[in-house]
Amino acid sequence: MEGLISLAVKAIFVENLALSFFLGMCTFIAVSKKISTAIGLGVSVMIVQSITVPANNIILSYLLKPGALAWAGFPDVDLTFLGLISYIGVIAALVQILEMILDKYFPPLYNALGIFLPLITVNCAILGGSLFMVERDYNFSEATTYGIASGFGWALAIATMAGVREKLKYSDIPDGLQGLGITFITAGLMAMAFMCFSGVKL
Amino acid sequence: MSQTRKQLLTDPLVDNNPITLQVLGICSALAVTSSLNVAFVMSLAVIAVCGFSSLFISFLRHYIPNSIRIIVQMVIIASLVILVDQIIKAYAYEISKTLSVFVGLIITNCIVMGRAEAFAMKNKPFESFIDGVGNGLGYSLLLMAVGVIRELFGSGSLFGVMIFEPVSNGGWYVPNGLLLLPPSAFFIIGFIIWGVRTWKKSQVESREYKIQTIKEH
Repeated sequence: MEGLISLAVKAIFVENLALSFFLGMCTFIAVSKKISTAIGLGVSVMIVQSITVPANNIILSYLLKPGALAWAGFPDVDLTFLGLISYIGVIAALVQILEMILDKYFPPLYNALGIFLPLITVNCAILGGSLFMVERDYNFSEATTYGIASGFGWALAIATMAGVREKLKYSDIPDGLQGLGITFITAGLMAMAFMCFSGVKL
Repeated sequence: MSQTRKQLLTDPLVDNNPITLQVLGICSALAVTSSLNVAFVMSLAVIAVCGFSSLFISFLRHYIPNSIRIIVQMVIIASLVILVDQIIKAYAYEISKTLSVFVGLIITNCIVMGRAEAFAMKNKPFESFIDGVGNGLGYSLLLMAVGVIRELFGSGSLFGVMIFEPVSNGGWYVPNGLLLLPPSAFFIIGFIIWGVRTWKKSQVESREYKIQTIKEH
């Protein structure tokens, strides 16, 4: 249990997907103009992330790993090279299913998140989360924790960024730095602030 | 090479750079630039994937049903990325360790998807290939620029070859450790964008709020 909590803290603050691995930057920069939309996207990323990382973990340990197909009678098969294509397939399919479920059973939530869901399939943070899970060899409970925590960390980062940008638009910025330029520099400052967490351990 | 094709190749370099202007594919641009070797391999990978995915998608453009085109594009891109990933693992294993997840993330790199969707679905294969390579080159140009700054000033070397002898080796240069850390990439790209937009005024974004100055009498 302690291990899981420390993993969660690490995923949220120290190894924040957006600010220390630059994942999901395209949407991070593009959709952080207003706090309300940023929070909507952040929540959707969190939901999708906490479903896809464990799902991909199951796929990895029962279908792809060397020896994983032993239950089907193929103990020597190693399908890890199919990893990338299966993860992205799982993500695309799950996002689609989630969209349909939300549409059917939670229409208000669907209306709020609807436009962001298709965007999430091509969000690097989602695929990145699954790939980190593979690379670091997480087991199922660690993968679930990591999925939820890293999604939360991303949501936190984009919400904060939107807060800063809402104030920033009233400032007098040099012409060339207007818009994209100043957003990058703000993100840099935020990344430096998040680096202060790097000593934190539970 | 005809004029339009040349334009397809050179236009994304500065005038319509995928990173500084279209805000695409920034994720990996920031993460893999702390050393030039890695940035170089990553650039090659992106150029290859971007060019060939555009080529193949353009070949298939009349056969892909509109409603499932994203999935089809994704499958083509993912297969190419797997190919590239395996090649890098076979011939540059050390670098593949440093690149870690970022080769896989080319799949979700918006440049590749963006070019497939915006150009390859509507144009002939050869033009699409050139457009893909051009955008890959535009991406690489920025990647290498950031990589040069970060490696030269962060550890005093280029491609792992010592240029500035650091103090720890008895030289004169005190390496700037910040440049090896993630935040510096944000600053460098921010400043590059500033520079490019000061040079090419047409890329400047308009303000949401005009600041008014009150004249004093």
